[in-house]
Amino acid sequence: MTHIAVADQEPELHHPRTFIGKYIWSQDHKVIAIQYGCTAIFVGLIALVLSVVMRLQLGFPDQFDFINPNMYLQFVTMHGMIMVVYMLTALLLGGFGNYLIPLMVGTRDMIFPYLNMLSFWFYFLSVLVLLASFFVPGGPTGAGWTLYPPQSILEGTPGSGLGIVLMLVSLAIFIIAFTMGGLNYVTTILQARTRGMTLMRMPLTIWGIFTATILGLFAFPALLVSAIMMLFDGLLGTSFFMPAIVSLGEATDFEGGSPILFQHLFWFFGHPEVYIVALPAFGMVSDVLSIHARKNIFGYRMMVWAIVIIGGLSFVVWAHHMYVSGMNPYFGFFFATTTLIIAVPTAIKVYNWVLTLWQGNIHLTVPMLFAIGFIFTFTHGGLSGLFLGNVVIDMPLSDTFFVVAHFHMVMGVSPILVLYSAIYHWFPLVTGKQLNTRLGMIHFWGTFLGTYAIFLPMHYIGFLGVPRRYYALGDTSFIPDSAHALNANMTIAVIIVALFQLVFIFNLFWTMKREPKSKINPWGAASLEWHTPEVPPGHGNWGKELPTVHRWAYDYSVPGVVQDYIPQHVPDSDVVYESGFDPSTSKREPT
Amino acid sequence: MTEMNTRPKTYWQHMVVDWSADKEAFKVNWGKVMMWLFLVGDTFIFSIFLIGYMNVRMSATEAWPLTSEVFALVVGGHHIPLLLIAIMTFILITSSGTMAMAVNTAYQGNKKATFWLMVTTAILGASFVGLQAYEWTKLIVDEGIRPWGNPQGAAQFGATFFMITGFHGLHVTGGVIYLAVVAYKVKRGHYDKKGFQIVEITGLYWHFVDLVWVFIFAFFYLW
Repeated sequence: MTHIAVADQEPELHHPRTFIGKYIWSQDHKVIAIQYGCTAIFVGLIALVLSVVMRLQLGFPDQFDFINPNMYLQFVTMHGMIMVVYMLTALLLGGFGNYLIPLMVGTRDMIFPYLNMLSFWFYFLSVLVLLASFFVPGGPTGAGWTLYPPQSILEGTPGSGLGIVLMLVSLAIFIIAFTMGGLNYVTTILQARTRGMTLMRMPLTIWGIFTATILGLFAFPALLVSAIMMLFDGLLGTSFFMPAIVSLGEATDFEGGSPILFQHLFWFFGHPEVYIVALPAFGMVSDVLSIHARKNIFGYRMMVWAIVIIGGLSFVVWAHHMYVSGMNPYFGFFFATTTLIIAVPTAIKVYNWVLTLWQGNIHLTVPMLFAIGFIFTFTHGGLSGLFLGNVVIDMPLSDTFFVVAHFHMVMGVSPILVLYSAIYHWFPLVTGKQLNTRLGMIHFWGTFLGTYAIFLPMHYIGFLGVPRRYYALGDTSFIPDSAHALNANMTIAVIIVALFQLVFIFNLFWTMKREPKSKINPWGAASLEWHTPEVPPGHGNWGKELPTVHRWAYDYSVPGVVQDYIPQHVPDSDVVYESGFDPSTSKREPT
Repeated sequence: MTEMNTRPKTYWQHMVVDWSADKEAFKVNWGKVMMWLFLVGDTFIFSIFLIGYMNVRMSATEAWPLTSEVFALVVGGHHIPLLLIAIMTFILITSSGTMAMAVNTAYQGNKKATFWLMVTTAILGASFVGLQAYEWTKLIVDEGIRPWGNPQGAAQFGATFFMITGFHGLHVTGGVIYLAVVAYKVKRGHYDKKGFQIVEITGLYWHFVDLVWVFIFAFFYLW
């Protein structure tokens, strides 16, 4: 039997007729993307509220009776876990991955829509299990988002009963959901591209999502295995991670386990997870910068290889999270070296973003502002990462607020700025309406300046040695009064930033209700997703015939061409040149 | 460039041509690609299980039980080490053989033979799980080994053994169900138009489960 590529097969689409088939148990990647997106934003808002409560305690200790030490730890834990896994990973890959992959590579849907639907519903279930832990006796786990044993399952840690069990079960369900989605994303990109869409013509967004999903498929197994082992330690009394230990004055039955093993397994997942979040953001910001500067992305091939190399290296740096756990110095040397090597492809990307802007026709639209803001926050967060990657500098800074400031800049604020950029950028495609620009500007400046007001001082108090995860600092001679004053300042900044996020939520509703329909392709983007027969794209995306791709996604301001961009599906023969311009004299390399 | 130069000759040239092509990176059915990806991810799961096992075995504070004693069967008054496990391994390897034959007959279009070969594979798989249940019962009831403890030494022996063989047993059980469903659909003519790649995809999964067993066998019974 001869093999036919997916792009050449007859479309096989089942049009759902009922409301439930269309919007609830939907197999359409666009509906699933919106389901993923709304759920992720919802849990993200919960995590935002948790962070505000935490900061209230840190900024104004002894002022709020409703926060006790246990709750503080629980909020820290849940804030971290929700933001990293249930918000960022789900929104970037489940939300944007689902929406953009089939549209950008030119196919009608994900390759296995039924599995894709299951992916969302498993994710939804994992969120429900996670949120249920707020309502069980003892509350959610307070072991810190890294869930380090032994304290995570010993009595005395808040949520050591049902809380940690629900956390681990929820993570396991999330991993199943991610695997089902991830298999779809990777296979769709590899096997279902349209005619003319070679890998090296794909927008960088797709490269970022593609590489991040592969990282996820290979890194989440480590978390799954450690979650299973820890569940057994907690429920069955096995001793995988638990050494012989005295808890609350009584000897436990545990014996001979290794807590360090958990740290290795966790960070073998945890470090690639940073790049699971960062790589799609890198890709999307590249596209936004190029489109809104009306210039092709600088060094496309280099950008692709940088993404791939960062993805590969991310698997051999994990123990730089464990310098203070007790490690052979030679290992420390190895992991410090690999960590610093990652800075090279990352720096290539930053330089290329800046060079994309250089002499570009920069439109300071809301998505562009967020994208440029990202270059700032990411550079700052990345540079402090160079400090922490060195063993000798990490030793004193470990478990201080310097670390908190570092990872919030590099994998908190930065991907979130890109997410906002992406939402403002692709909103006209998803809904047909452009988010209100004035509200968007307010939202940007409040968020961008506000996050600096939070995290710049945090580096400083980290240098002073203020430890993280402490409910209250109390009277300590090495912490000056100025640090307490800064803490109060940061808390006020957090409240202001949180209020600015309400502007964004308001903008979503306002735009849907009040704004008129926007132009089709308002930013003048050349990539495929903006060139569907209907906007927003209909079921099956492309009407009767799949588009044929003739060029890369970055033909902006091509010399001699009338329009300042050439969409990917326009053949060379259809490009309209200015009168008197002879395209045969142009030295452009074919893409 | 002449026609001769553009036609790929070596393996590497083929690979470059495939990966720089449009439409698809591999000239195969997408289901096969997806199954391979899943299996690579699953390889990570089992690798991490086995690395965790090696780690706790080396760091355990008490002695590891003698595997030639724990896993021995008593037949006619003689201790025969590894007898049960040899039978189980033989069954599983045989099932891989029948699975490979099923793939062959499926591509020949012989639905009846495919159905029966797949059913045979499933039955062999189910008997593997049955023997595993017998082994577990023997360890739990006769020798008193539990996930949390073990009269013959390190508690981690029971913990890792039940966890990893249990996880593998779940994979075999899932595979038996998967085989049964596909075999039924083959018989019903569900794939007459689509082609019989699904049999090969099912086979990929089944061979993988076999391969994992070889590693578990080596690490638990021979170490």
